[in-house]
Amino acid sequence: MAINYGSKRVVVGASYGLRDWLAQRVTAVLMALFTVVLLAQLIFGGPLGYDRWAAIFSAQWMKFLTFVVIVSLAYHAWVGVRDIWMDYVKPVGLRLALQVFSIVWLVGCAGWAIQVLWRL
Amino acid sequence: MADTLKERPEFRNIHITQIRTYRLPPAGFVSILHRISGAILFLLLPFIIWLFDVSLTSEITFERFTSVFVAGAGFLPGWFIKLVTLAIIWGYLHHFIAGVRHLYMDATHSVTKEFGHSSAVITLALGFGLTVILGAKLFGLF
Repeated sequence: MAINYGSKRVVVGASYGLRDWLAQRVTAVLMALFTVVLLAQLIFGGPLGYDRWAAIFSAQWMKFLTFVVIVSLAYHAWVGVRDIWMDYVKPVGLRLALQVFSIVWLVGCAGWAIQVLWRL
Repeated sequence: MADTLKERPEFRNIHITQIRTYRLPPAGFVSILHRISGAILFLLLPFIIWLFDVSLTSEITFERFTSVFVAGAGFLPGWFIKLVTLAIIWGYLHHFIAGVRHLYMDATHSVTKEFGHSSAVITLALGFGLTVILGAKLFGLF
């Protein structure tokens, strides 16, 4: 039996524990709640135009929630996309490059979304 | 002892070349589509945020948001933008429903073969069914 823990573990780039698994589920719940809250506001409240759409995201509590969801999405997607690279991409160099790309992609997108949200 | 060890079946991950010949149960389809829908949403994230941006920034950009589905953007025609949006709609719906199924199974330990099957069928049907309805709305059929 090969030793795969402690200082002699085979490093494959995974977090050997519950943290990311749990984080993916917690962030999923937050995003699901956000979806329900947003849908409820869209469905109840009359005809939808720019004014009402902007008003939904102008509320401070909604900005708070949306900000949390943007950060959650980035973390959630990071865990998921990293799983995909770990399952299908075996060459270490290519895998590292794709993981770096994923982080850049997600951090950049999160920054953009937060900017849109906070200049409103 | 050695003989029985030799006869043990070996289960490996499905290779990409086996996808077309490998018959998956409904739960298997939900699982791989969960991954594919997540990847689609990940790759289309800039487009989603662009929609968020133009729809929210001002009344003028909101006009741009509504017209892009008709007039298109740059060299991309309107129907193509609608098609990409349809992919986002399906991706979100499937990822959402399959995710709720996942969380429900985690929380209640509902791991029987029967529940796995029936909930998978419901997930697939809801995901594609709602996509058809919302897609019809998107393409102006009602």
